[in-house]
Amino acid sequence: MKTEQTRDLVPLEALTDAAARKRYWRSLEELSDSPEFQELLHTEFPPNATEFLDEVSRRRFIQLAAASFGLAGLTACTRQPPEKILPYVNPPENAIPGHPLYFATAVPVAGVAEGVLVETHLGRPTKVEGNGEHPASLGATSVHSQASVLDLYDPDRAKEISHLGVWQSWEDFQLALMQSLTPLRSGKGERFRILTDTVTSPSLGAQIQAVLAMFPGAKWYQYDPAGRHSARAGALTAFGRDVNTYYRFDKADVVLALDSDFLACGPGSTRFAHDFANRRAGGDRSNMNRLYSIESSMTSTGGKADHRLPLRYAEIELFARDLAASLGVAGLTTSGSQNHPEWISAVSRDLMAHRGACVVVPGLHQSPAVHALAHAMNSALGNDGKTVIYTDPLEVQSTDQIASLRELVNDMDAGRVDVLLTLGGNPVYNAPQDFDFRARLHKVKTTIRVGLHSDETSVECQWQVPETHFMEDWGDTRAFDGTLTIQQPLILPLYDSTSSLRLLDSILNPPGRSSYEIVQNYWQKTNGANNFEQWWRKSVHDGLIADSALPPLTPQLKTDWAQSLSSPGQQGIELAFRPDPYLYDGRYANNTWLQELPQPMTKLTWDNAVHLSPATAKQLNVGNQDRVELNYRGNKVEASIWISPGQPENSATIHLGWGRWHSGRAGNGAGFNAYALRPSDALWGGSGLQIRRLDKDYPLATTQLHQSMEGRDLILSATAAEYKNNPDFVSHETKQPPKELTLYPQWNYTGYAWGMSIDLTRCVNCSACVVACQAENNIPVVGKEQVLARRAMHWLRIDTYYEGDPANPRAFYQPVPCMQCENAPCELVCPVQATNHSSDGLNDMVYNRCVGTRYCSNNCPYKVRRFNFLLFQDWVTEQTKLQRNPDVTVRSRGVMEKCTYCVQRIREADIQSRVEDRFIRDGEVQTACQQACPTRAIVFGDINNHDNEVAKLKSLNLNYALLAELNTRPRTTYLAELRNPNPELKSNA
Amino acid sequence: MTTVAEKQLQTPRRPEPGTSLPVIAGAESFGTLTEQITSVVLTRPTPPFWYYTFAVGMAALIMFVVSVIYLLYRGVGVFGIEIPVAWSFAITNFVWWIGIGHAGTLISAILLLLNQGWRNSINRFAEAMTIFAVMCAGLFPLLHLGRPWLFYWLLPYPNTMHVQPQFRSPLVWDVFAVSTYATVSLLFWYLGMVPDLASLRDRAKNRFAYGFYGVLCLGWRGASRHWRYHETASLLLAGLATPLVLSVHTVVSFDFTIAILPGWHSTIFPPYFVAGAIYSGFAMVLILAIPLRKVYHLENLVTERHLNNCAKVMLATGLILAYTYAIEPFTSWYSGDTFEMAVVHNRAVGPHSWTFWVTLSCNVFIPQLLWFRKWRTDPKRLFLVSFVILYGMWLERYMIIITSLHRDFLPSSWSNFIASPWDVSVLVGSIGLFVVCFLLFVRFLPMISIFEMRELLPFSRPGGGVEK
Repeated sequence: MKTEQTRDLVPLEALTDAAARKRYWRSLEELSDSPEFQELLHTEFPPNATEFLDEVSRRRFIQLAAASFGLAGLTACTRQPPEKILPYVNPPENAIPGHPLYFATAVPVAGVAEGVLVETHLGRPTKVEGNGEHPASLGATSVHSQASVLDLYDPDRAKEISHLGVWQSWEDFQLALMQSLTPLRSGKGERFRILTDTVTSPSLGAQIQAVLAMFPGAKWYQYDPAGRHSARAGALTAFGRDVNTYYRFDKADVVLALDSDFLACGPGSTRFAHDFANRRAGGDRSNMNRLYSIESSMTSTGGKADHRLPLRYAEIELFARDLAASLGVAGLTTSGSQNHPEWISAVSRDLMAHRGACVVVPGLHQSPAVHALAHAMNSALGNDGKTVIYTDPLEVQSTDQIASLRELVNDMDAGRVDVLLTLGGNPVYNAPQDFDFRARLHKVKTTIRVGLHSDETSVECQWQVPETHFMEDWGDTRAFDGTLTIQQPLILPLYDSTSSLRLLDSILNPPGRSSYEIVQNYWQKTNGANNFEQWWRKSVHDGLIADSALPPLTPQLKTDWAQSLSSPGQQGIELAFRPDPYLYDGRYANNTWLQELPQPMTKLTWDNAVHLSPATAKQLNVGNQDRVELNYRGNKVEASIWISPGQPENSATIHLGWGRWHSGRAGNGAGFNAYALRPSDALWGGSGLQIRRLDKDYPLATTQLHQSMEGRDLILSATAAEYKNNPDFVSHETKQPPKELTLYPQWNYTGYAWGMSIDLTRCVNCSACVVACQAENNIPVVGKEQVLARRAMHWLRIDTYYEGDPANPRAFYQPVPCMQCENAPCELVCPVQATNHSSDGLNDMVYNRCVGTRYCSNNCPYKVRRFNFLLFQDWVTEQTKLQRNPDVTVRSRGVMEKCTYCVQRIREADIQSRVEDRFIRDGEVQTACQQACPTRAIVFGDINNHDNEVAKLKSLNLNYALLAELNTRPRTTYLAELRNPNPELKSNA
Repeated sequence: MTTVAEKQLQTPRRPEPGTSLPVIAGAESFGTLTEQITSVVLTRPTPPFWYYTFAVGMAALIMFVVSVIYLLYRGVGVFGIEIPVAWSFAITNFVWWIGIGHAGTLISAILLLLNQGWRNSINRFAEAMTIFAVMCAGLFPLLHLGRPWLFYWLLPYPNTMHVQPQFRSPLVWDVFAVSTYATVSLLFWYLGMVPDLASLRDRAKNRFAYGFYGVLCLGWRGASRHWRYHETASLLLAGLATPLVLSVHTVVSFDFTIAILPGWHSTIFPPYFVAGAIYSGFAMVLILAIPLRKVYHLENLVTERHLNNCAKVMLATGLILAYTYAIEPFTSWYSGDTFEMAVVHNRAVGPHSWTFWVTLSCNVFIPQLLWFRKWRTDPKRLFLVSFVILYGMWLERYMIIITSLHRDFLPSSWSNFIASPWDVSVLVGSIGLFVVCFLLFVRFLPMISIFEMRELLPFSRPGGGVEK
């Protein structure tokens, strides 16, 4: 330090002032506090020494460190986020917390509705039940209705209006829409096109018609990839006009299904299955109906049939023609193929013997010729108006959808479209492959998409408008027989979404009315009832408009219809496209319940597959889960093989609706995209498929690896004739040990004793019960990897077994819930008393007590117990929390769970009955599976009261307990399956 | 004038009846024996072999710890278990480790009561093996719980829930059987070690060792009163431990027999399991003894006589096992029960049939070599056979559990079990835990009972054994 510098630091004149301010000082330099001194302080250390710039002093640092350590301990005391609870000022009528309310509406699937009641807990729809008054439901539901509530809460739904991916307000959108439509008015809107899926909603139809009236040059196209293209064409061939066809299976003694899966899939299947089962297992079972199924892939209906004949898709037409000829249909020549003469003669004799009480059902995906032939056969057999009902089409406007879409695509390609408004549908994903919809969409100036999901089409369109779920807005729709339902909302829209109705109205009468006003207005005009308000309230409340079913028609066969039939050619391996039983055309691809629901016959989850017969697979040298390349007319797709017994030779069936790339987290990448192979001129299949084996494996997740019963008496069955001769065959085939054969004292059930009866004759493997159980009991979805690891959580499963020749086996279905054994092996081995018997005979599971030894599962002979191996429940996603049933515990990691006979419903009824000082009435408690079952195969109740239905069923001589020889004394018992084969026809009886 | 030690060394020893092989080879005195055994702990440098195996064991132990942390974090689903195979590796490991433990108690208790002097050279480390094996075993039922932190619900204790364990469940019996067994074994082991700990204290070279062994030996002075009480307590504990040898594995076998599952539900399981336990336990004793005697030059104390005797026990228990293997299919067939016969069929030709045939080879066919004296006394050959038996016994339990579970009553729920990497890492890790514990025992405690070895010397008999 230089001395002169130091001297300079002390200006003496400053000292006096400073001395007054500063009480203590160590040096004159400090006292003066001059800038030079400050400078010196900071440069005290040699030039190259690093300066400690951190403002935090050592003292402060230690303070902070000490405080941090101290506060670290405080994290244990989590401060709960503030949540405000506001009581209702004016509580809604009937809203009692803890008591659900039910509202009627209808679930539309591809425009065809099923009436339902939706259970809501304090404004949250949680569960869908059937509407007993609705003809399509009769109290039961399909899988799609059950799963629709999960779609509402799908976290991957489209949530906001956006333009080119940028968030916009509804007003911005309206402005932009006006701006793009106004210039078109001069040309009468010629360059404006609307594309929808099949529209059956009268009010939406009216709205579209009104828009078309506003823009006379505009055009409206409809496209549904799995719609009734063939049915329409077939009706045109036969009758010269489009008709809607439905069937009265309750009046049919003999049913011939021509590639139709009417029991489990398609419009009206819930009702059809109900009517069919009632005719099959009604009364004393002495007058069973008979089902013949000729089909091109193994379906639930085929498995249920008394006689099943696997034929390739194209061969079915030849078979139908030969059969029609042998039935004496006028103007028809046989195909000359001479195939299956024993079938033709036996079936035609059987049909003729039941004129007016039989029915020929063509599959929606069969060729127009088969539809026409079926119409002709039904007509020749005198079934029209008896078992087959014709009405006007359900659609507001019946169109040839493929031709319609082709026209649109051509116009788009030629640049003749300026504004394309797509309402619903998903054409980028599911339009025929040769239409190249995606590329052509980009030639349109303005593309607007209204859709529930931000899907493949939405992301290719400029404007993306979220659509309301049907549970969020008003609407109307038609059932398979034309019955109308006014859909009412059950919850406010979760997101910034709009309905198609409202969007169209904003074009018609800007700024547009609410959907409620639109629907109500439409019906006020149409209905013309004197007392509209009363009519409206009743219709909304009932879930259907009274007597709105379409009136039956009696269309006449055209005289020259048979001329137009052509014979299909066939060579090589045939490819058959089918809508997926659960994902349908792909619209449910992001629904995890349906993704994980085991497919009816194969029990596959999370994937579709190429279904080959065992012989064809052997011939092609491919095995299960082998990856192959499908080449159909030059289009290629990679897929996995699944060997399906009962598949016709040289035929590959693939299901549509998979392989989506923008459906959401569940659907993306699940399965392969069959649409990539699907041409517009062979919508349902054709020959010439090439299969090339790739040398890789692709695991397919199935919930049932073994479909043989191994000769064990698990499903007892007999023919109707055998049953007549030996009504006690069941007791001969089962070994029930005496009741006293146990170390423990007998419990005397003095009050209720709950029990279940499952009629195997009635079960058609539709799986509605499985989804219903999942929805009711908060059962988690585990994902493909965990299904592969055999950890699927379904409390109720439907075991599907094959028997006989793998080329054409007989199939058996067995729903397996918990057996609620009276001598329950699980209870004995639980070390912590987590599973116990209740006084009314339930095998209860105490989740809180369970430590997860899994011994109970090992000791359960029915393997109905399910274990939370990992954290399977979604505790994070807000939307899924809304769906949960508040009456059922949400289980966490490490506990065992299983079917409870819906104990929450039993207890609720119990409380109610005590309040009213009475016993629980028969049928008052319905389990979720029972309620959903279209065929009433599942009956539940108190077996202590002999007047109850379940007690009566259990006293039938068909009643048996599964694995009775173990003396578990199950409360769930089965009624042996009866079949009614034709004695004339030996094969596959 | 000869010293006492020289006198002792010169004392001739009478050949024992029935064998030409001596229990203690060479001439030993009290002093040389004590010096040989204590020097391993106190003076001799730790051999490199110890460090190598310790490193390997420690690595496996670290893997075990990591696996367990992951297991507790993710849930028991990290294992390959599923429905229907809800038990697999963890329970296999449990039964295997418990079984291994049995040899220790058999040697120390039953052979003591049967006055089999030769067991004195091997009982100490066999008992240590029991302790560590039971420790490893005890971990598995806890780790494989769905909610391991609630394991104490299996114990009867007064609680506000007024819920007690369900005493009809064999898992509760297990808790009692295993915890009793662990306690008695630990006491017996420690009690037996007290005089030897005093020897170590007396020969300790530094303050730390002196203090350590001094505390552990509970003030043992070698007074005759001490010896008298010690002898009584040893006999009492031996009497307590003897029924445990039979009961513990019987109770473990109840885990299976009480269930109604075909392949488990069998009355032959208790004797079958006990025999199997002793079988695998002796295999483990040999696997430990053979390298130990070589590395620490204890061939004079653990002689061919011991190898021979252990091998004979293995041969006998192996034959019992072979009988059970034979009688099981017979009873299945004789019962005429579809499900029972299906299990036998599935074991022999099903997807896991390799486990059956390998088990049969390891436990029945290969051990027949022990009929040959050379295979019983040659350490390398015997080591090989023991290893095969130990593996076979693990696989046998695996086979019993997997093949019964994966195909039971309803074919719809049949599956094909696939283990996960965590299954293997926890098994290997538990072996690491065992190895580390055992090596620490060898390093810090007397691995052979000093005072009991002295008893074997002729001059410890009345009269000093010295010919007049």
